[in-house]
Amino acid sequence: MLQEESDLSLIIAQIVQKLKGSNLYAQLERQAWASLQRPEIRLESLKEDIKEFFKITGWEKKLQNAVYSELNVYPLPRHPAAPPEHLKEPLVYMRKAQGSWEKRILKSLNSMCTELSIPLARKRPVGQQKELLNKWNEMGTDEPDLSLFRPVYAPKDFLEVLINLRNPNYENGDSLSFRTHLGLIQVPLKVKDIPELKECFVELGLNTGQLGIDDSTQVPPELFENEHVRIGQKVLAEQDSAAAQQYIRQGSPTALRAELWALILNISSQPEDILYYEQLKTNVIQHDLLVDSLIYKDVKLTASNDDYYFVFEDYLYQVLLCFSRDTSVLGHFAYNSASPPKSYIRGKLGLEEYAVFYPPNGVIPFHGFSMYVAPLCFLYHEPYKLYQTFREMYVRFFFRLHSISSHPSGIVSLCLLFETLLQTYLPQLFYHLREIGAQPLRISFKWMVRAFSGYLATDQLLLLWDRILGYNSLEILAVLAAAVFAFRAVNLMEVTSLAAAEAVLADLSTLKVMPLLQIFLFATVT
Amino acid sequence: MSRPKNQNYKSHGSSKGKEREQRASIRFKTTLMNTLTDVLRNRPGWVEVKDEGEWDFYWCDVSWLRENFDHTYMDDHVRISHFRNHYELTRKNYMVKNLKRFRRQLEREAGKLEAAKCDFFPKTFEMPCEYHLFVEEFRKHPGITWIMKPVARSQGKGIFLFRRLKDIMDWRKGTAGKKFTSLEAQPVRAAAATANPSGTHDARSSDDQKDELPVENYVAQRYIENPYLIGGRKFDLRVYVLVMSYLPLRAWLYRDGFARFSNTRFTLSSIDDQYVHLTNVAVQKTSPDYHPNKGCKWMLQRFRQYLASKHSPQVVETLFSDMDNIFIKSLQSVQKVIISDKHCFELYGYDILIDQDLKPWLLEVNASPSLTASSQEDYELKTCLLEDTLHVVDMEARLTGKEKRVGGFDLMWNDGPVSREEGAPDLPGMGNFVTNTHLGCVNDRKSQLQQLFRSLQAQKKASS
Repeated sequence: MLQEESDLSLIIAQIVQKLKGSNLYAQLERQAWASLQRPEIRLESLKEDIKEFFKITGWEKKLQNAVYSELNVYPLPRHPAAPPEHLKEPLVYMRKAQGSWEKRILKSLNSMCTELSIPLARKRPVGQQKELLNKWNEMGTDEPDLSLFRPVYAPKDFLEVLINLRNPNYENGDSLSFRTHLGLIQVPLKVKDIPELKECFVELGLNTGQLGIDDSTQVPPELFENEHVRIGQKVLAEQDSAAAQQYIRQGSPTALRAELWALILNISSQPEDILYYEQLKTNVIQHDLLVDSLIYKDVKLTASNDDYYFVFEDYLYQVLLCFSRDTSVLGHFAYNSASPPKSYIRGKLGLEEYAVFYPPNGVIPFHGFSMYVAPLCFLYHEPYKLYQTFREMYVRFFFRLHSISSHPSGIVSLCLLFETLLQTYLPQLFYHLREIGAQPLRISFKWMVRAFSGYLATDQLLLLWDRILGYNSLEILAVLAAAVFAFRAVNLMEVTSLAAAEAVLADLSTLKVMPLLQIFLFATVT
Repeated sequence: MSRPKNQNYKSHGSSKGKEREQRASIRFKTTLMNTLTDVLRNRPGWVEVKDEGEWDFYWCDVSWLRENFDHTYMDDHVRISHFRNHYELTRKNYMVKNLKRFRRQLEREAGKLEAAKCDFFPKTFEMPCEYHLFVEEFRKHPGITWIMKPVARSQGKGIFLFRRLKDIMDWRKGTAGKKFTSLEAQPVRAAAATANPSGTHDARSSDDQKDELPVENYVAQRYIENPYLIGGRKFDLRVYVLVMSYLPLRAWLYRDGFARFSNTRFTLSSIDDQYVHLTNVAVQKTSPDYHPNKGCKWMLQRFRQYLASKHSPQVVETLFSDMDNIFIKSLQSVQKVIISDKHCFELYGYDILIDQDLKPWLLEVNASPSLTASSQEDYELKTCLLEDTLHVVDMEARLTGKEKRVGGFDLMWNDGPVSREEGAPDLPGMGNFVTNTHLGCVNDRKSQLQQLFRSLQAQKKASS
């Protein structure tokens, strides 16, 4: 009892500490001072009156949302004696693996740099700055020569690293038994099985209404949809993050989605935020980074060629170029197993005083990175709103998809979850695919790394991402991947090569996500 | 064999009067080589005839029609894919005249409010005969942009934008110069042409005019300077409307269609760059930015979804019902002028532009919308569209005539508005009237067609 209480006070102290530096704190202070003018605030009961005032004017709600946001994003502190690395990643072997992977990426980046003799960063001459400013809204028309640039890495390179991950303390012997894991991932992390997933995703059950199922044309809207929309509007009126997060587990109506996501991610569009974005834009104009060319290349290779997202090409540049200069993103490395790469001012290699993070936000884009942003363009029109949403989504969820960690939403756990689900509930299929040299993870990995962006139709993707936000977890990606295999199992049983298996699973654009998930979790005989 | 008249269920015409005979095979002819031939050849029981063979169904092109329609005898059951004088709707100058006349009629009969519903066509002046009217309008609104379009060409050819009278003066001296100057010298004739308010024009005389002077007619139209942009790009919508007859007016609206994007970002400062302003795929294909994989098209479902995520459902509903209004009013305006031959049907391609206030504008109506496919998605769309067109034309005499939906087509107008509800009377002004159009909505045509034909078969068995 005492331990819990002291834990709680520790948590409260940490959150208060965090929020004290935030914008919200300054606003609350200002509001409190301004409220002294009001007649209902009396000196005798100052504290209670101001609290009451905050409650009535909605500021308490805002504070509540901020606290809720902190709780969601930051992991709870463990043992007080634990070093900060433990917050990033508690397992040593994972940290080591992440460290060596990062070294490889950096080496690749540096060698590209020297090969092409392009500096990592340089100041743009004034003429170029003016040009870029004029072209800011249509950077997609620019056709720089990108033929010499290669993406630093692709998801399949990352997969190879994950396949070779081993826990040095774990010995399972060489003899094969029914407990042997047939898949590619060979680390002993705990993953949920279907009964546990059912408990976790209880709102996706057969008896609960869902958007993506119960709003189809055959179902009269009075049964579920109308009421659901009404509740959504109420949640938005109350401006309650926690309620919105609970609500969105059943899916978000299209018209309310943009606001709901902003509420859940606790994004406000204050003048300071707009100003911050404009500042980032100025940074982009003034300095040219090598990473910019990588971003250009990625957008041209992926989003621009996509039938759905090509329209948003310019927005992607505006978001990603600013993102790479945003040093506030460095904050998330406190709980990310990855660490931002360091670069040294020319001639001062190794001297800590001359070290800077490169790129400024510490995130090196890989092939397909721009697809994290593309679906958001469907929701947000103003670049700064789009930017804020993407940044929040990245520091809450997307970073876990390309760093090595033991977190249940980390890509390693997702891969293991996927393979375990397949092996446990579709053993014949798994065995068959393995026999023909088509390990299922080789096909589904790219779906999960991109959170299915670019593979599903946009409306289905947004319904899936609704649930990611609602459950604050990426596990649903692994479940969906397994559900897709289950759905196409009959065809997959007939293929005889990896290429044929890839062909069966090449086109996911016609899939309806929610029925697949529901059937896999709640309607399959286990 | 007469049928009892049922006020509520107006048939859509395919089985009036005597029982239609089932034909053993249907002979078709077409000169086009693309999706249409695929669809026709794959239709069970349809046989292609070439050259001079007799046909039951002809998907012809408009030049054949012009030359041969008047002296071709057609049996009752024969169908042909154009109306004799479709150009009343599809040639920009005639359409404008008909619409203006219709608007005046509406104003007389139903008042200003009703007439205002016809204001979906940007102010247009026929050149050169309305040149003086145009100059008057031009001077009233200095600084706006105008677009000059040839009356009878397609695929974006010959179109240019201008802001100053000087620009068209220069152009006048060029290609069409001769015609202008000759008419300028005879102001009386020009005035006479415009002083004819009823808009009746002798089709033959304008054809003659064409023969005399080898110069084409143009229209000058007010350019819509505030188009709705997606991703900073301008786009227009292509929507398909099938008209089975004009008297009475029976029209079907196809649920699918697409939005065509311009390949470059929209800005008014570059009116010389025709790639920006013209969204026809044909023009876009020659733009230096064009990548064939891109396709620069979005299906209408995707467009409707996009709008729904940015605007409230009411706003989206209003936009789509405004578009319904465009289709219906444009067809009504030519209803009395087009020769309504029972052998004829026509599939129109409507080009609609949306402005930033979410008001739809009619750019033009095409009598021969392109049926070539620019991508796999496009191919599917067009083949399904053509299959469903043939279902509605119903050479196989399968439909009862009471259907409100056939595949992807919804009956939009049946000599009056059509209600969405089953069994509800087709009368507006009743509380729950919802129009029977589903543009950009889910198109589950396969399952609908299965159900439809199954029940038709069952009905036939029961009655025989």
